[in-house]
Amino acid sequence: MILSEAEWEIVALSLRVSFLAILAALPIAFALAWVLARKRFAGKVLLDALVHLPLVLPPVVTGWLLLIAFGVNGPIGRLLSDWFGVTLIFRWTGAALAAAVMALPLMVRAMRLSLEAVDPKLEGAARSLGAGRWRTFFEVTLPLASPGIVAGMVLGFARSIGEFGATITFVSNIPGETRTLPLAIYSTLQLPGSEAAVARLAVISVVLSLGALVLSEVLARRSGYGRGGHVL
Amino acid sequence: MFFEIDVTIRRGGQTVSGDFKALSGLTALFGPSGAGKTSVLDAVAGLLRPERGRIVVDGRVLFDSEAGVNLPPEERRCGYVFQENRLFPHKTVADNLIFGLRLVPQGARWMTPDEATEFLGIGHLLKRMPRTLSGGEARRVAIGRALLAGPRCLLMDEPLAFLDENRREEIMRVIERVRDELRLPILYVSHDRSEVERLADQVIPIHSGSRPPADP
Repeated sequence: MILSEAEWEIVALSLRVSFLAILAALPIAFALAWVLARKRFAGKVLLDALVHLPLVLPPVVTGWLLLIAFGVNGPIGRLLSDWFGVTLIFRWTGAALAAAVMALPLMVRAMRLSLEAVDPKLEGAARSLGAGRWRTFFEVTLPLASPGIVAGMVLGFARSIGEFGATITFVSNIPGETRTLPLAIYSTLQLPGSEAAVARLAVISVVLSLGALVLSEVLARRSGYGRGGHVL
Repeated sequence: MFFEIDVTIRRGGQTVSGDFKALSGLTALFGPSGAGKTSVLDAVAGLLRPERGRIVVDGRVLFDSEAGVNLPPEERRCGYVFQENRLFPHKTVADNLIFGLRLVPQGARWMTPDEATEFLGIGHLLKRMPRTLSGGEARRVAIGRALLAGPRCLLMDEPLAFLDENRREEIMRVIERVRDELRLPILYVSHDRSEVERLADQVIPIHSGSRPPADP
């Protein structure tokens, strides 16, 4: 199947949006996973609930909240445009923000589970052998948690590629700017006699998602040090 | 005195106190299971903070609650052989062995990897992953890893646990050689009287101290 130019544009935009979303969400997700897995503090339940909110809210509501916060007159939106001249609304970067917010809970969950599975006794062993906190983190904790980190990124990527509700609410459906794959499928469906075009886009969607899944399995197996590192 | 230890450790409603001085050689902390012997080792290694007290090893103050001294584990230079070995599962035997060696300053090293593998007879295991090792093999690698980090003393927590009779004998010989040939002072935790009688130069009984008042 050879993609038309218009289809390429949609695929490229979707990939761009999803990669930016995952890269931006990765450090935040990991920090949240770390705090939730390792720290005890007042308000932990609240933070946990807040992180999971995009998972349980209707995506349209998440998109609307983003619109309120990041819109031209929103508190964060105004700050960004006044200080940095950055506007997210109706931009592909805004689509990436929506995708990142929607992907965050899945990423945090996977990373948190993998961090909780790292035996703190191994970290104690590393310390007794002369490794400071950071070295212990990079040589013991991080490698042992890496299958879960990869899993979190893949789940987040898949979620980003499929993001619809929050995106269309927050940044609308602008061809070439915010019309990602799901939005393109939705728009094409509105046109009469578009069955073949929709089918093509749907196939592209399936291939992208499956590709991400297979890639993650390969990566997890490579870092799985023989314990069968499965992502799912 | 090589070890000067006087600590009170609180662990989940139980109070453990260890108060002893010991010369170099092998000092056994002897007592029933659950008495908190491991807690004393953890406190010496810096993995557990005592409620109060003072830990001095070879004239160096590692912990002193009154003076506010509490060296982090990585600065204590106490080699620790854990009961469950705690080999890094994602590293080969060779990488496990040199983990600590890479981190200590040149001058603090007193054994090379070749000497250690020779001493412990583990040269044929270097490329293996820890999960493929037998109990005795893993224990020898754990001892080697601790020795290569250039420690001033060795902490051993039930190093004969989970081993069959032949492996026990084999590891006991290794421990005797660490004691006699390397002359490394050892704090040794055990609940087995025969083992302690054979290996120890000095025996310190450890029993969990005062129970909480609510518990008669």
